[in-house]
Amino acid sequence: MSRLWAHVPAWVINALIIPVVSVVLGFLVAAIAVVATGADPTLAYLYLFQGAFTNTNAFAETLVSSVPYMFLGLGVALGFRAGLFNIGAEGQFYIGALAGVFVAYSVHGLPAIVEVPLALLAAIAAGFLYAGIAGFLKAQTGAHEVITTIMLNYVAFLIANYLVTTPGLMLDPHAHGLIRTPYIDANAVLPIIFPGSRLHLGFLLALLAIPAVWFLINRTTVGFRLRAVGYNAGASKAAGISVARTTVLAMGISGALAATAGIVQMLGIQHDMTAAVASGYGFDAIAVALLARSNPWGILPAALLFGALHNGASFMQLQTTPQVSSDLISIVQASVIAFVAAPEIIRWLLRLRRHQVAAVAITQREGAAPHA
Amino acid sequence: MHEMALLVVSIRPSDIAVFGSQTLVTATPLTLAALGGVMSERSGVVNIALEGIMLTGAFAGYVVALFTHSLWLGLIAAVLAGMLIAAIHAILAISFIVDQIVSGTVINILAIGVTGVFYRTYLESQSVAGPGHLPTWHVPVLGDLPIIGQVLFQNAFVTYAMLGLVVAVYLVIFHTTWGLRTRACGEHPQAAETAGINVYFVRYVNVIVSGGLAGLGGAYFSLQQLGNFLPGMTGGRGFIGLAAMIFGRWNPFGAFGASMLFTASDQVASRAIAFGVHVPGQFLGMLPYLLTIVVVAGAVGRAVAPAADGKPYRKS
Repeated sequence: MSRLWAHVPAWVINALIIPVVSVVLGFLVAAIAVVATGADPTLAYLYLFQGAFTNTNAFAETLVSSVPYMFLGLGVALGFRAGLFNIGAEGQFYIGALAGVFVAYSVHGLPAIVEVPLALLAAIAAGFLYAGIAGFLKAQTGAHEVITTIMLNYVAFLIANYLVTTPGLMLDPHAHGLIRTPYIDANAVLPIIFPGSRLHLGFLLALLAIPAVWFLINRTTVGFRLRAVGYNAGASKAAGISVARTTVLAMGISGALAATAGIVQMLGIQHDMTAAVASGYGFDAIAVALLARSNPWGILPAALLFGALHNGASFMQLQTTPQVSSDLISIVQASVIAFVAAPEIIRWLLRLRRHQVAAVAITQREGAAPHA
Repeated sequence: MHEMALLVVSIRPSDIAVFGSQTLVTATPLTLAALGGVMSERSGVVNIALEGIMLTGAFAGYVVALFTHSLWLGLIAAVLAGMLIAAIHAILAISFIVDQIVSGTVINILAIGVTGVFYRTYLESQSVAGPGHLPTWHVPVLGDLPIIGQVLFQNAFVTYAMLGLVVAVYLVIFHTTWGLRTRACGEHPQAAETAGINVYFVRYVNVIVSGGLAGLGGAYFSLQQLGNFLPGMTGGRGFIGLAAMIFGRWNPFGAFGASMLFTASDQVASRAIAFGVHVPGQFLGMLPYLLTIVVVAGAVGRAVAPAADGKPYRKS
């Protein structure tokens, strides 16, 4: 076996073979759970596939579902490249959505070409500032971003709940007792790009964000600093890079991307905001970034996979007897991350040589310990 | 101000007892999660998986209690299930040197998946009576003391266990050889290894024990509080437990105190509303999270983690 792999370049193994094998193994692990519930895993996966791709409008819905994952995954991946573990994507998602929705229901009568960018900018600024708190605390005091962003997630939910449920703030007084903000202005709604479906302009924006983030990371001075700090903060400092400023900036951009996910979801799908509930977006974002190995191009297939899983899951739950819960996809996701993050298992399975498999380094920043 | 004065004047001894009792009872799962965090992180393994471990414990405890008609077997199952899922965290983080935050994330997502899938198949359509609640034990004599009796000595099993475990974990960490080894692994694993300590073994045991503690914390929700299981019923309280551990500076008594402070602020919030004082509950709800950020940032006395917390150990 090891001869079979001898001439395969390392990047193919690390960027292609390990993620694909991880996904296959993830489905196998989840299949065991399906068997344990007494259902038929092949049938469950068949329905999952139909719900994600072949039913009417299913493929368009899969693309719709993948939009937030693209922005969120890009945000977390960008953080990883700077050696930062942004576990607060979910909170930044809501903060961005709040700021953007506020702008989008406050403006009236402006053309869409003005209203949509205004809402996006408000969300981006809010997300940048909110995640920037964690970046600033890390840079100034060394407070670990994992802890601060987890805590800021819950603060964000409570802020959202406060604003959305309080009369005189963002609560719509004409909502007949429903707890929601006013609807956004008609011109702030992202237009549908595929007639007859819910596929909105946000999908194209997400597709554009991928090369943009790639360019930012790989072809700009900011990106260079960001990668340098992620690779070796001590050496970067010695070379004259401001580690503190880079940390704040990286965290801010990461949060701005997560916030974009939030506002795009609101402008494209929801058109108002209800009280926030933990949706698991933050963890999904980490999973997408890991599966993509923090490479912006890898975010596309990873986000599509997660979009497909989420979209297909409800159809699977409906069709199977005994019912297989849509939570099954959480088992798939958890196993996929485990296999991607622990490539030793796959290395052993495929009899790969040790040097062919790159370790997954994320927050190996010098002297970095959570909480420290 | 008038309303605040009204609030203070109208407090009776029985209110204090109810307040204290509610605070202690709701602090039970937070403290148990925090104690789990102390065990794990003192040995050098960051544990953000507490939330998922609690959810697993809540589920396993309920299922076993339902099908064996024994709440006590349910409790044991909750602890064992917590240990089992924590063992996955240990294998990934210690043996496969997976980033400990990633492996904690894996556990949290896995717990949602496993409990959700089996809940739908085996529990949701169940119409049989639940296993009931753990009984409240009124300790003779002590339970009759004013206020203190009602707060401390009229509780159900998980709360008593929590109080005992605070002391037990403190003694283990600071007054036993095992505790010394644990702290050595958390501060300087290389030195610990040189001194003949098996770092892998110590970390494995501590992470698995941590799972047992958080699993018991999960049993609080399904067997003591609700007598039922609902998907996602731990509702982020594993993360508040993590916050309590940090706010309590990785010390069992500190963790307990922090948990009490956090739940007391919830109690104040709900009572303030009842008295017509308009402090938005959301702001009091933010208190645990903001306080934790403040101490991690070192603004009011710095919370310093064990030096090797979160760092994988490779035997050289």
